[in-house]
Amino acid sequence: MSSLLGGVTLAGLVAGLVLGFGIAPREATQGNVQRIMYLHVPSVWVAYLAFAVVLVASIVYLVRRAESADRLAHASAEVGVLFTGLTIATGSIWGKPTWGTWWTWDARLTTVSILFVMYLGYLLLRGMIEDRERGARFAAVLGIVAAFNIPLVHFSVYWWRTLHQPPSLMKPGPGTMPGVIVTALLVNFAAFTLLYAYFVTRRARVLRLEAEAEA
Amino acid sequence: MTFARRAFVVVWKDLLVERRSKETLNALFFFGLLLLFVFQFALGPDRERLAGTLPGLLWLGFILSGLLGLGRTFVVERENDCWEGLLLAPGDKSAIYVGKLAGNLLLMLVIETILLVLFGFFFNLDLTNVLPALAVVIALGTVALAAVGTLFAAMTAQVRARELLFPVLLLPVEAPVLLATVKATEAVLLGETLGSVAHWLKLLAAADVVYVAVGVLTFDFVMEG
Repeated sequence: MSSLLGGVTLAGLVAGLVLGFGIAPREATQGNVQRIMYLHVPSVWVAYLAFAVVLVASIVYLVRRAESADRLAHASAEVGVLFTGLTIATGSIWGKPTWGTWWTWDARLTTVSILFVMYLGYLLLRGMIEDRERGARFAAVLGIVAAFNIPLVHFSVYWWRTLHQPPSLMKPGPGTMPGVIVTALLVNFAAFTLLYAYFVTRRARVLRLEAEAEA
Repeated sequence: MTFARRAFVVVWKDLLVERRSKETLNALFFFGLLLLFVFQFALGPDRERLAGTLPGLLWLGFILSGLLGLGRTFVVERENDCWEGLLLAPGDKSAIYVGKLAGNLLLMLVIETILLVLFGFFFNLDLTNVLPALAVVIALGTVALAAVGTLFAAMTAQVRARELLFPVLLLPVEAPVLLATVKATEAVLLGETLGSVAHWLKLLAAADVVYVAVGVLTFDFVMEG
C-alpha cells in the first residue's frame, strides 16, 4: 500500500517537474527563475494542510485518546515544519534575483517564519517530555493553540506593507495565467499533496514501531 | 461552590502568598529597573532615537518581566508542595486557570504600571495626555499575554528545562500580540486617537477572546497527570 503511494507520488513529482521546468512557457519578465513557483507554492500549501491536520488530530486525541491520532499529529507537524522550511528556502532563492534580497520582512515571509518557529517549538516540546502520554496531551494543547493563532498571525502581519506579488490562483475574476501553467501548477499541487501523505504515513508508522519497541 | 467563587479562592490565595512573601513583585521591580539601565546603555543618550524605539522598548520590558513572572505561576506550587492540593480542589480545573489568570493579570498590570512610571522618570516623558488611550492598549495586550502565558506555564511547570521551554513556546505564539501592541502604542504615543488604531485593538480583542477560550477549554487536559 505504502509502496504504491510512493510510486504514484514519484510519478507525480516527475510529471510536475517536466511540466513546470520543461513544457510550461518561460515567464516574460522574470525568465526561468519564475519556474521555482512550481515548487514554492505547492510547498506552502502542504505546510498549511499539515498544520490543519495537526489541529484536527490534536482535538481527536484529546477527545478519544487514540494514540494513532497523536502519532498522526506528530508526523504531520514534522512534515509541516519541513515544508515550511522548504517554502522559506525556495522563496529566498526566488527573492534574490527578483527582489534583490534573500530576506525581507515582507508580510507573507513574516507570517511563514512565525509559523515555522511556532511549530518548531511544538516539536521541541514533544522532544522534552519523556512520558509518552503527557507529551501527547501537551502537544495536543499546543497544536490547538498554534492553529487558532494562525489567523491572528495572518491579520497582524497583513497590515504591514507587502512586497510579495498577489496570489495568482484562487482569486476573484478571470485568471491571467495560460492554461499550461495552471496545469503544471495543479499537477505539482497534487504531487506535493501525495508526497505529504507518503511522508506522514511513513513517519507515523516509524512512530508506532518505536512505541511498540519501547513497550 | 460556584465557579466564580472557586476561581476567586485561587486569586485570594495567590495574593495572600504574594503579600506575605513579596518575592515575585520585589524581584520583578528590580528586574524592570535593570532593564531600563540596559536599554539606556544599549541606545546611548540620543533622545530622538530613544523616542523612536520607545514603543518597542516598553513592550520588550513588559514581555521580559512577564516571562519571568508568568513562568513562576505554577512552579511556586511545586516548590511549596502545593501542587497536589491545588489539583484536589473540587470541580473542574478551569476555575484554577481563571483564578491563576486573574492573579497574573493583576501582577503584570502592577509591574507594567511601575515600568511605565520608571520609563517616564528616566527618559523624561510626559505621558499624562496619552495615558487613557495607552491604558486601553496595555490592558488588551496584557490579557493576551497572560492568557497564553498562564496556560503554557501550567504545562512547562511539569517539564524539565522549563525555564528554556517557556519563552521558546510563548514568544512565537505572542508574535501577533506584540506586533499589534507595539504598533498601537506607537500611534498612541504620537497623540493619535484610539479610533486610528481600531484595527489593532480589534485584533487584540479577538486574541484575548480566542486565547482565554482555548485556555479555559484545554486547561483540564494540562492538569490531568
